[in-house]
Amino acid sequence: MSLLSVRDIGIEFGGVTALSGVSLDVRPAEIFAIIGPNGAGKTTLFNVISGLYVPKHGRVELNGEDVTRFPVHRLSELGLSRTFQNLQIFFRMTAAENVMVGRHLHEKRSVLPHLFALPSTKKQNAQTRTKAEELLAFVGLKGISEQTAGNLPYGALKRLEIARALAAEPKVLLLDEPAAGCNAVETAEIDEIIQKIAARGIAVVLVEHDMRLVMKISHRIHVLESGRTLAEGPAQEVRRNQKVIAAYLGKHAGEEATHA
Amino acid sequence: MTMQTLLRRHGVVLGLLALVLVLPLVLPSNFYFRIATLTFIFALAVLGLNLVMGYAGQVSLGHGGFFGIGAYAVAVGPTHFGIPVWAALPLGALLAGLLAFLIGRPILKLKGHYLAVATLGMGILIAMVFTNEAQYTGGPDGMSVPRLVLFGWSARGPITWYWISGISLVVAAWLAMNLIDSPTGRAFRAIHDSEPASGVLGVNVARYKLIAFVLSAVFAAVAGAYLALYDGGVTPRTAEFLRSIEFVTMAVLGGLGSVIGSVVGAAFLTILPQVLTVFHDYEHVVLGLLIILFMMFLRDGIVPTLARLIFRRRS
Ligand SMILES: Nc1ncnc2c1ncn2[C@@H]1O[C@H](COP(=O)(O)OP(=O)(O)O)[C@@H](O)[C@H]1O
Ligand SMILES: [Mg+2]
Repeated sequence: MSLLSVRDIGIEFGGVTALSGVSLDVRPAEIFAIIGPNGAGKTTLFNVISGLYVPKHGRVELNGEDVTRFPVHRLSELGLSRTFQNLQIFFRMTAAENVMVGRHLHEKRSVLPHLFALPSTKKQNAQTRTKAEELLAFVGLKGISEQTAGNLPYGALKRLEIARALAAEPKVLLLDEPAAGCNAVETAEIDEIIQKIAARGIAVVLVEHDMRLVMKISHRIHVLESGRTLAEGPAQEVRRNQKVIAAYLGKHAGEEATHA
Repeated sequence: MTMQTLLRRHGVVLGLLALVLVLPLVLPSNFYFRIATLTFIFALAVLGLNLVMGYAGQVSLGHGGFFGIGAYAVAVGPTHFGIPVWAALPLGALLAGLLAFLIGRPILKLKGHYLAVATLGMGILIAMVFTNEAQYTGGPDGMSVPRLVLFGWSARGPITWYWISGISLVVAAWLAMNLIDSPTGRAFRAIHDSEPASGVLGVNVARYKLIAFVLSAVFAAVAGAYLALYDGGVTPRTAEFLRSIEFVTMAVLGGLGSVIGSVVGAAFLTILPQVLTVFHDYEHVVLGLLIILFMMFLRDGIVPTLARLIFRRRS
């Protein structure tokens, strides 16, 4: 049974088709990669799935429920969370507070107890903070919780987004280029983090340009080109697909594939 | 919670309380008490405005209107409807909150300049009602406001109102600081920095903008009621467009997203015109120039910029 199901999605911007006829299914605990050249529509697909864009065609289903026109925050309630390619950090808040916002749906939200800082609110704050510290440690950001996010380096912000998305306790996590701008060591750490997340039973949908990483950890790969599906299948199949090699992976990646 | 956040949170409220308690020892005359009282009253409104503008990041050029609703509530309620003054004050705050809720729902969908113009229109509309409904409001001449009487004790004079407004400001600052460090306050600040990320994390963006807007309207209305009660009268000028601009200037000058900044901004624009009377005819020119210079050199507002400078020097 698929957790996330995308059916025949189509969307255009000012007459230009960004996605057309894209369908995919993601299962729990699966690492599902979406690859494709720049402008292929990967981020647009994430925006459609997470409710930021309303598609012209098609449906998005979470756990069998049609959520296509749901407001963004409702999707979060149903277990969807994501990170952003162009960082969307709360840059005036501390690292810990960024992650604490991720706990929003798990907190009591009546305003009056917050205004008067009732004991219940204080206790909840402490619990949320503890959880945030745990998640920061999980993504390798121990010890920076009190720093203002705006002062952190790019690599740390990428991880901060992962910690924040995890704080919501999603069933499906969309990661948009988590290893972009990372060196080899950092990429290896991201690799490990993603595998740990999937091991917890969370479905990870991964958009990533680092082919070594994608080939290594993905259970299945979906290839997009100019808004259309070019291929889909297990890594071993996709890396040998002639259309994919020609269109995207290129000669270098083809060689890499045969050597790997 | 770390020592730093504990200090930051309670430091602000305790510092403000100390200021309110100590200031009377050095204020030489009723004139100075009046200035301090006006500062506290305006700071109360600016503190509210800061919730929606400084924290949630939604501009409002119409808070003079909510201020006016509070002011006219304590005038019209007792005079025309026989509501006791002590009850008219919270009723006015409630009314302002309700109106903010009704108007906020549609207009908070707008962003940036569009929201600014919409709130500006709202403020002007509210002020127009005060001018035009002369049978209730006395029209352009305004009306007098009965005294606040609590348990047979009548609140009058600058020293009494110094204490009422000062203690209210401390309480308001406490409430604001509590809110900021709660799920609601974090939602406000998250929306300010990234609406898409807030939404994706489950924050109902429209709802939290509305909460911030309603709360800020309530703060402004209470401040407006205080001013009317203190002055013993109210005119449409209490709620005019310039009042809204004044609040925004105070908030920006003192520092958006800073509770102490709200007080400093209010103090700046209340005290300075008094000091600048030495420039006679050029008073407004000098005031305008000073505002420009402060914004140029303390771009994030007086309090956040100075706080950063002091912090940097220490580390
Ligand atoms: N909000 C938008 N307005 C106009 N065009 C858009 C918008 N979002 C995406 N596009 C277009 O859709 C196409 C796919 O972009 P994108 O999804 O960002 O690609 P990828 O993430 O695969 O690099 C691009 O041609 C891009 O310009
Ligand atoms: Mg992209």
